[in-house]
Amino acid sequence: MEILIDTRIVRSAARLIATLSLATIAPGCSSRTPPLAAEPKGESGSRLETLDSYALLDRVSWGATATSLQAIRSEGNRRWLQEQLRPRPDPSLPPALAQATVSLPIGAQPMAQRVIGLAERRKQIDAIADEEARSATRKQYQEELNAVARGTATRMLLMALYSPNQLQERMTWFWFNHFNVFQHKNDERLLLADYEQTLRAHALGRFRDLLGAVVRHPAMLVYLDNAQNAANHVNENFARELMELHTLGVDGGYTQRDVQELARVLTGFGVDRRDPSTTPPPKFVLADRAAQYVRVGLYEFNPHRHDYGDKQVLGVTIRGRGPGELDQVLDLLSRNPATARHLSREIAQYFVSDAPSPELLDKMASRFTATDGDIAAVLQVMFESEQFAQSLRTRFKDPVNYVISAVRLAYADKPILNAAPMIAWLNRMGEGPYNRQTPDGYPLIESAWTGPGQLTTRFEIARAIGSGSAGLFKTDEPVPTERPAFPQLSNQLYFEAIQKRLSSATLQALGQASSPQEWNMLLLSSPEFMVN
Amino acid sequence: MSLAPLAFGTTVLWAAPRAGARLLVVFLRGGLDTHHLLVPIGSDFYYRVRPNIAIGRPGQENGSIGLDSYWGLHPAVLETLAPMYLRKQLAFVPFAGTDDDSRSHFETQDSIELGQPLGGSRDFQSGFLNRLAQRLSASRPIALTDQVPLAMRGRREIANVALRSVAKPAVDARQSTLIASMYAGTRLAAAVNDGFGVREDVMKQLANEMSDSARGAPPAKGFEAEARRIGRLLADEFDLAFVDVGGWDTHVGQGAATGYLANRLEELGRGLRALADEMGPRWNDTVVIAISEFGRTFRENGNRGTDHGHGTAYLVLGGAVQGGRVVGEQRAIEEATLHENRDLPVFNEYRSVLGGLFARLYGLNGADLEAIFPQAKPKDLGLV
Repeated sequence: MEILIDTRIVRSAARLIATLSLATIAPGCSSRTPPLAAEPKGESGSRLETLDSYALLDRVSWGATATSLQAIRSEGNRRWLQEQLRPRPDPSLPPALAQATVSLPIGAQPMAQRVIGLAERRKQIDAIADEEARSATRKQYQEELNAVARGTATRMLLMALYSPNQLQERMTWFWFNHFNVFQHKNDERLLLADYEQTLRAHALGRFRDLLGAVVRHPAMLVYLDNAQNAANHVNENFARELMELHTLGVDGGYTQRDVQELARVLTGFGVDRRDPSTTPPPKFVLADRAAQYVRVGLYEFNPHRHDYGDKQVLGVTIRGRGPGELDQVLDLLSRNPATARHLSREIAQYFVSDAPSPELLDKMASRFTATDGDIAAVLQVMFESEQFAQSLRTRFKDPVNYVISAVRLAYADKPILNAAPMIAWLNRMGEGPYNRQTPDGYPLIESAWTGPGQLTTRFEIARAIGSGSAGLFKTDEPVPTERPAFPQLSNQLYFEAIQKRLSSATLQALGQASSPQEWNMLLLSSPEFMVN
Repeated sequence: MSLAPLAFGTTVLWAAPRAGARLLVVFLRGGLDTHHLLVPIGSDFYYRVRPNIAIGRPGQENGSIGLDSYWGLHPAVLETLAPMYLRKQLAFVPFAGTDDDSRSHFETQDSIELGQPLGGSRDFQSGFLNRLAQRLSASRPIALTDQVPLAMRGRREIANVALRSVAKPAVDARQSTLIASMYAGTRLAAAVNDGFGVREDVMKQLANEMSDSARGAPPAKGFEAEARRIGRLLADEFDLAFVDVGGWDTHVGQGAATGYLANRLEELGRGLRALADEMGPRWNDTVVIAISEFGRTFRENGNRGTDHGHGTAYLVLGGAVQGGRVVGEQRAIEEATLHENRDLPVFNEYRSVLGGLFARLYGLNGADLEAIFPQAKPKDLGLV
């Protein structure tokens, strides 16, 4: 269970972002619904224009920076938000990112190729006769998996820090948490990068598309044991979570029988780690069954393992016929009013309040239904709501939001070269990337993160960020990279936007700082920086 | 060998609570192979199915330490746990565990830490030690871990501080005062002050250790060092604590009388002895429970290790413990005894065992126990 943080591994930025994210983001974006240009500018829209731009920016993005504040001020809240809701598919990244010199250990090969290669290696390792040699190679194999997971987390953090599509990045984190998988189950570490890209591509699109992509992704099929779910050997794990967590919600009106029936629908959807070039497809007596066999990368639909009987899910008869059953059920689930309600609540908990008002949830849920699950449209009504306006500057940041916003404040214009310290901080605070074991994801409510031990740890991290480079520029290059001594937080953004929002107690404490480093630590520890 | 569970009725059956009682739960994460520690020397089957990794009978070279005619102890704990057992301060509860059959580390750890009835929906914000702390309103609980563990999450706010390696906090006293001043009157003021308070208490208790090592005394390592720190905190500041120790998932090459697992057991033994030393007279009020999520397969596997199993054995130790015994329902281990022909069955379900123990230790009533372990039937093994 131990998470190894290897500071040498970080390898960065440009190549990785260029080769991976952009390439894979694009296809998903093409399917997105067109901008809501035709939509009438109602009362709620004008409410948006009256919001404090800094506060709006700080809440919607991973944290305000001087450059982004300038952008929202010159474009106006409404236009800026539209761009965030319907982002350009090919964001131009800050040029500094492009200067990064090393690459992450992800993306060089597609997921399937990597997994198949490593599965083969795993077999060879198990066959090594000598105990010591076997355990040494096994360790090496594990380290390789860890490196891939760290690389994936590094990419996520760099995107959160520097992508102009900030809302897309926040929603990518949100959906990962909603459709949570855990890095230390089986070879999940190899599947995370592709899974996260899939979520990113659909993060602001239609929920039905997102759901469809998740349900057939090997990361989910492995995590919730559907790879073991077969006719007459039914495993209900995925079926239950698919209704309880992913769509309807625990009170969404389904029964244990619905779970069992959905589990039967899900039989046969699995993962095959064998090399397709040397593994012939299974043989079928019936031609139509053979035609239904699907193998794409690691994903497999195997008719031999599917239960072809009829099913009853949520009162609807699903005629047993193969993979189409699942699509029919996903249509049912994603269009169920309980799903609209459940997702609206979660999104509002993430962006507005632990206890979103019934009026807000009604608005969001009916927008969800009216747009057939257009996520951006649901977000838009939420951002335009009165409760959202009232909540600005009061929402306590979770550890992920805290760490990313602090590093954005410190290094918006000077891209970090090593994300390992951030990963370590997040693990220390209990919200490490891909480290939530259970399918419910990390809690979205504030009280999960405001415990006494949490806060003292946060202050220690504030000190680490404020008083030095904190390892964020450490590379394993032969020639050491330039390392800034400590960040300059009393910067343009501070004087333009932050200072005037500080309480007299905070200003007084800052006034007593004995050094710029201590001043930084105090600012990052202040109650005002804990909220957005 | 088993005692009938006490019934709840009109009669008060529980012993009076012990004043100043201390409780530490040590979670051995990864699934300790308890057949390696508490050796069934009376089982020929054991020696048959563990040709490479069995611990020999007492009297054999590197053999186990005999406890009674059926059970022995691994020789690695000769100087640590064996003397405690002789002093009647250590008891074992074999065939212990949960009815969770998943054999998954995560599932089973979660079930144990939550302590909720199986089969229902789980509340991940309600661990059994938190529910205990809610019932013992005067207690001072603390999680000695990097994050508050599931067992201690819940309605009562419990602070955490990891003692594995203790560094002087980077935020010093003056800075802490400055930070606290910014929070005065805010909704987080209490949490901020509590956090600094706990940290200060911990540092005060550990100040001696730091000055000791400053004088060049060789510092203890690993769990032993951590356990000494825990001992200091429990002797004084805190009375309900949780810590975890990893490294028990021995699928491959676990060794026998010597080797990987022997070293881990030796370290565990040294740590528990150090804890007792450090607590001084307070040890007499202390109960330490060391548990693991499951036991391991009774047969060794093809890699001279063992795989995930079911029933395990709990260690219950402390000056307050009626030890020197192997307690709870037991059966001679033959092939037919095995659960699913693989591992040990559970006869001593942990919620019942711990419920019975808590009842005696704290004088809790039926309503308290129902709140801590809903729907469990407390089983009094007379451990304290």
